[in-house]
Amino acid sequence: MSHLKRGPVSGNTPIRDDAVRHTAALAGSRLTVVGGLAVVLTLLMLAAAMVGAYPISLGDMAAAFARRLSGAPGQGQVETVLFEVRLPRVLAAALAGAALAAAGAAYQTLFRNPLVSPDILGVSTGAGLGAVLGIFLALPVAGIQLLAFAAGLATVGLVYAIASLVHGREPVLVLVLAGVVVGSLAGAAISLLKVLADPYDQLPAITFWLLGSLAAMRRAEVWAALPLVLLGLVPLVVLRWRINVLSLGDEEAKALGVEAGPLRLAVIAAATLMTASVVAISGVIGWVGLVIPHIARMAVGPSFERLLPTAMLLGASYLLAVDTLARTMARIEVPIGILTAIIGAPFFLWLLAKGREGWS
Amino acid sequence: MSPAILEARALGFGYGTKAVGRGVTLEVRPSEVLCLLGPNGSGKTTLFKTMLGLLPLQAGEVRLDGTPLSTLARGDIARRVAYVPQAHAAHFPFSVIDMVVMGRTAHLGLFASPTAEDRRRAAAALAALGIAGLAGAEYTRISGGQRQLALIARSLAQEAPAIVMDEPTASLDFGNQVLVLGEIKRLAASGLAIVLSTHDPDHAFSVGHRVALLDGGRLIAQGAPHEVLTAERLRAVYGVSVAIERVAGGQTVCVPDYGAPAARLTGIS
Repeated sequence: MSHLKRGPVSGNTPIRDDAVRHTAALAGSRLTVVGGLAVVLTLLMLAAAMVGAYPISLGDMAAAFARRLSGAPGQGQVETVLFEVRLPRVLAAALAGAALAAAGAAYQTLFRNPLVSPDILGVSTGAGLGAVLGIFLALPVAGIQLLAFAAGLATVGLVYAIASLVHGREPVLVLVLAGVVVGSLAGAAISLLKVLADPYDQLPAITFWLLGSLAAMRRAEVWAALPLVLLGLVPLVVLRWRINVLSLGDEEAKALGVEAGPLRLAVIAAATLMTASVVAISGVIGWVGLVIPHIARMAVGPSFERLLPTAMLLGASYLLAVDTLARTMARIEVPIGILTAIIGAPFFLWLLAKGREGWS
Repeated sequence: MSPAILEARALGFGYGTKAVGRGVTLEVRPSEVLCLLGPNGSGKTTLFKTMLGLLPLQAGEVRLDGTPLSTLARGDIARRVAYVPQAHAAHFPFSVIDMVVMGRTAHLGLFASPTAEDRRRAAAALAALGIAGLAGAEYTRISGGQRQLALIARSLAQEAPAIVMDEPTASLDFGNQVLVLGEIKRLAASGLAIVLSTHDPDHAFSVGHRVALLDGGRLIAQGAPHEVLTAERLRAVYGVSVAIERVAGGQTVCVPDYGAPAARLTGIS
């Protein structure tokens, strides 16, 4: 209790300065984390662009970039591999990782629960159902994205509606269980579409896509997803402080002057848009949206202002590293969804076993 | 006498269509502490939430600084009245200073983040309550009393002329109760209007300028503590026998008669 006692009035000023200095120092160290992660991501992108079935040296890459920038004509294979295959894939991996991690961080903050993620809320499976329907109907990428977004939004809406209708139980448990139930329903619908799909043409595409893969990333895919991811990111960035306040719960947020209802809707729509636009090009890549925000929170604390950039950089680096592993570790390409599950599941169990430290 | 900052007129309140209380009229002025007393389930929290605009009002009117609550946006309400909920366990380990800075939200634009000035004001609020040293501590790791003080600091950072506190002494140990009540007294002396609910008549005697007694969703009495909190009324409301005694220091205390038959229990059967 002694530290609670008020000191003499004259003692207040230095203590206050101390508090400000403390926050400033904290902010400084967290800025270092973000800066360090940005450097790591840049280095990883360089490395990932170099390795593969057709290795490209740093010098060749620099020369190719110089030629591209000066407008000189391309000189064959290096350019083709680098600009048509390697770089789109590197960018797609970073984009998907950043988007899934950002969405996960937003959902976790919004639902006040470090356990929720695009996977657990059923958004991924719901968006997956929409995208599979798009493939089934042979729609163009834009159509697949639209269906993925609509189905993802409908899924999270349904999960949230169910959770808010069930009273008198642990709300977090209800939310997670509702997500599992709705997700498995969407899974059943996906199975139905698989049965109905053309077994020679559509079924392999659907199956490979459900495992999650960045193998088919070309510039068109990156350009299809990038604007939508950025569109979803804008509300998260500009509303970052209010999202923080919303993590106290609706009632407290309202009492602090935040219009909780509309804000919640805007953030859910934004995070779902980010998830769905990535799912539409890369398939279902699980665990990133659950595990990455967790690690980011351990590093920089729960404040969404710092959590968002940290989670995005971490997610981009993580998925880029895993995807590079997926295409280089074996003769055939390992679907990335399998790798993220193999890495993510044990990590998550470790978090569970470690207890709620860092969660609450 | 200065005009009321927070007033309820013939207020009807409840959840959805279910009515919890009716006809509640009360007001609080600057430098005044209004204590709301009432048994469990009498509607204290529901009344507070309605007065803060967190629940739609079913009848009557709430005015903040003379303006009807229904015409105010969330931010306008938050700049007029701050809310201190019961000290709760947060879900995320925010630092205490981050928690207190959230009190500045109503003063920030929709897309803005707190500035250095906001952080200074939050730090000043912590210092005013004597917990500046907790600024960097995790809100989830401090004691219940410290959390309650941090939430009060947050309401100070909100810089509203009125503060509504829901059972600020509940679940606190004796020392923390005294500490929090002392701060409440001091805040009222500095000009704030404070409404708080409590279960302890002694708290109303020690910090309340006025007391409102709520039972079954209706105000039984309202006025100065020694006028409202009579042995007869407390017996009627709580169903237990008490004596109101004035002790040597000038304090008034409520002394329960543990030997008397409990009318409340026999009444419930």
